[in-house]
Amino acid sequence: MQLIFERSRAGRSCSILPACDVEKTALPETMKRASAPRLPMVSEIDLSRHYTELEKHVHGVNDGFYPLGSCTMKYNPQIDEEIAALPGFTGVHPLQPMDTVQGSLEVLVTAKTMLCEITGMDDMTFQPAAGAHGELTGMLMIKAYHQSKGNTERNKMIVPDAAHGTNPASAAMAGFTVINVASNEKGCVDLDQLRKAVGPDTAGLMLTNPNTVGIFDENILEITKIIHEAGGLNYYDGANLNAIMGIVRPGDMGFDVVHLNLHKSFATPHGGGGPGSGPVGCKAFLAPFLPLNNPAFSADGTYCLSQPEQTIGSVKAFYGNFLVVVKAFTYLLTLGAEGVPEVARNAVLNANYLRVLLSKKYDIAFNEICMHEFVMSLSRMHRENGVSAMDIAKAILDNGMHPPTMYFPMIVEEALMVEPTETESKETLDKVAEIYLGIYDQAITNPQSLHDAPLTTPVRRLDEVGAARNPRVRYQFES
Amino acid sequence: MSYIPSSQQERQEMLQTVGVAAMDNLFAVVPSALQIKQLNLPSAKSELEVSRMMRKIAGKNRVFSSIFRGAGAYHHYIPAIVKSITAKESFLTAYTPYQAEISQGILQSIFEYQTMICELTGMDVSNASIYDGASAAAEAMTMCHERKRDRVLISATVLPMVIQTVQTYCNGNDMTVELIPEKSGVTDIEALETMLNDKTACVYLQQPNYFGMLEAAEKVGEAAHRAGAKFVMGINPIAAAVLKTPRDCGADIAVGEGQPLGMPLSFGGPYLGFMATNTAMTRRLPGRIVGETVDIEGKRAFVLTLQAREQHIRREKASSNVCSNQALCAMTASVYCSAMGPSGLQEVANQCHAKAHYAARQISAIPGFALRNQGEFFHEFLTETPCRAETVLAKLAEKDILGGYPVSNGILWCVTEMNSKAQIDALTTALKEVSLACN
Repeated sequence: MQLIFERSRAGRSCSILPACDVEKTALPETMKRASAPRLPMVSEIDLSRHYTELEKHVHGVNDGFYPLGSCTMKYNPQIDEEIAALPGFTGVHPLQPMDTVQGSLEVLVTAKTMLCEITGMDDMTFQPAAGAHGELTGMLMIKAYHQSKGNTERNKMIVPDAAHGTNPASAAMAGFTVINVASNEKGCVDLDQLRKAVGPDTAGLMLTNPNTVGIFDENILEITKIIHEAGGLNYYDGANLNAIMGIVRPGDMGFDVVHLNLHKSFATPHGGGGPGSGPVGCKAFLAPFLPLNNPAFSADGTYCLSQPEQTIGSVKAFYGNFLVVVKAFTYLLTLGAEGVPEVARNAVLNANYLRVLLSKKYDIAFNEICMHEFVMSLSRMHRENGVSAMDIAKAILDNGMHPPTMYFPMIVEEALMVEPTETESKETLDKVAEIYLGIYDQAITNPQSLHDAPLTTPVRRLDEVGAARNPRVRYQFES
Repeated sequence: MSYIPSSQQERQEMLQTVGVAAMDNLFAVVPSALQIKQLNLPSAKSELEVSRMMRKIAGKNRVFSSIFRGAGAYHHYIPAIVKSITAKESFLTAYTPYQAEISQGILQSIFEYQTMICELTGMDVSNASIYDGASAAAEAMTMCHERKRDRVLISATVLPMVIQTVQTYCNGNDMTVELIPEKSGVTDIEALETMLNDKTACVYLQQPNYFGMLEAAEKVGEAAHRAGAKFVMGINPIAAAVLKTPRDCGADIAVGEGQPLGMPLSFGGPYLGFMATNTAMTRRLPGRIVGETVDIEGKRAFVLTLQAREQHIRREKASSNVCSNQALCAMTASVYCSAMGPSGLQEVANQCHAKAHYAARQISAIPGFALRNQGEFFHEFLTETPCRAETVLAKLAEKDILGGYPVSNGILWCVTEMNSKAQIDALTTALKEVSLACN
């Protein structure tokens, strides 16, 4: 494929702006840039065809099965897009007077009320733009809380080894020392290890439940109690909420702060990496620490932005990725009280159905009733046949499907993490199982064919080592 | 309605295969005392009901036909092709391009975006974008953090929300933040000289600044470098088409809010944080970076690269926790820059500059609305106000004009290519009436 810069021809342009209707002005020579930025010079048809070609080399949710574990690649409803594109939402400036943005504030406050009900929290900020951003926000709130109590020695954050990599990174960004605790043989929190890890320096625990192997930790109340009794707070990583929403609430499990990924559980599209939205909910005692500009309902019956008294400040300008919240809110209104638990039940049913079908040949780590996802281990296959999780994933690409998440969680060797989501049908799952089981047989009879995969994709396996060793991260213009 | 395709019959068949009798049995491991009976939420609604309801809510917002407000979010024309390309379903619904073989479209679009950001800033390397301009500024401070250098000096002429965000992040990583005072609407360089020392990690300057003024960026950069500190510039990407690049001003890192490049105002988001730096600091950049490579057949291809910096490998030792980017917003910016082209983007910048100067001449001639600061400005300027800013702005609102933003007992006006001469003249006429009523 040509780069847009390679399509560029001097003298081409799109016709966009009228001529300037006021007297021209000039910048002082000392402030001017030396030469114009070398942006592409293209006509509209060049530009249009360029991106049409690029789109053919992208796999989206509508291009086929997308079981990327921990990412919840469910279908993104069309109505959500249509509503978020309404001029009433896109055309408002974030610094307009409050009486002219009551619609936007109503969306934020009502969405907050509904998400607090689902999570068992009392208040929520929409400022964080992503899950990891939410984690940082939650960590800073926990830090501010301990500092407000004069407990500056509480500087250790406990993170299980099965956690998402963002958890320890976020805790470190907030200035905490990370204490890793090993998981037990079921991939769950080892209570003895946890008891040994807590102490007067414990700030809190970061946990996702169901965990990253798709198992609901049945000791959850004991876990959160151990942390609370040690004086710490419990942080819930909401990446896996799709499994349990409407069934059980993080707030009832003993969590004090949660982040949600609206781009996972609440069906907003991932956009190839973003924009997402990572709202952070908290119990009432932590609400004074929420970020600035917290949408609220004021005493005079209008919506407003309130300023929490002991706020951590801001993690982003303005009030978060507003249009993403509009989409999630639209989705939530459609689901309603009945639809939310139906999502969880069917996400869990689909995962278990596929797990059972695949367990005919594949080794499943922790092969028991799982939640919304499960993890296969290609460790034995790798040992016996030399075929790795990567090889299997690349063979899946040749079947027009997106592979599962590879090599995560780290506690399972040669891991493939499968999350089908509730929006896949039985016949899709049957077809997937047939293909995956066929690949398994192929791995045994003809391992070389899997090392060679993929064969049918627009490009084949890439030289990633070379890319990192000799970084070329921008187009180099001739001369 | 929950977008679940399987029928009751199919669900029963699947349950049978799994070996459980009912859906609820799948959750047997969840302590029964914790299981909730019923969520206190409104009941499910049809698409038509939701559509009506949301349109009604959107109708409670007021969209002004004439906008003279910026202060961190800017009203620019968005070419039709920007919207049509970024609405393409595969771009919209794909995840982060982990599987490069089937994600070349997104990877290449990010590579092109990185190149355009390098061109706008003059820097060597750009990341794949992050959340917004404020968080980009905050991440840049962390990039400059060294064992013996933990002081951030940030100009008081920077957008307040950026200062707040920098402060919040720095509370996390134990950097101290000090404000460089303002003098006549720009950074007080003499004061800066006295603040710099061997503990200073970096100096952060915004160009054009919060008050719209153009800073003597090179002088600030030189002062920072003399003290061994890094120089970070926050820039407006439209102004960047015509202003001296951060590279030429001596910046080590350039960041900014990419919203003006084709993103609607949208009550504050989603927007786009761009970040670029020099080759030496590449490995300190947070977030995703796309690099060029080849496949096993030697064909050019693109891939997420330099991942040894990142959290999924380094965990608590990572340069940042950022594991996503604003890919669709980055694509928006790329399509916008391509549609405008080099001369088109410079034309947008020149029209902003010309119209803002025309408006400033007209407005400042009205009694009570004198310019607060003397000196060069880009497309925003601060004036006095003859009576309370809110009173002035309410009068303008009656004429469907969103006036400037109340700042420091004055009004901060913003004028872009969207404001026709007729709109500016109508604003001036309205302000004359207000002026008479106030005096």
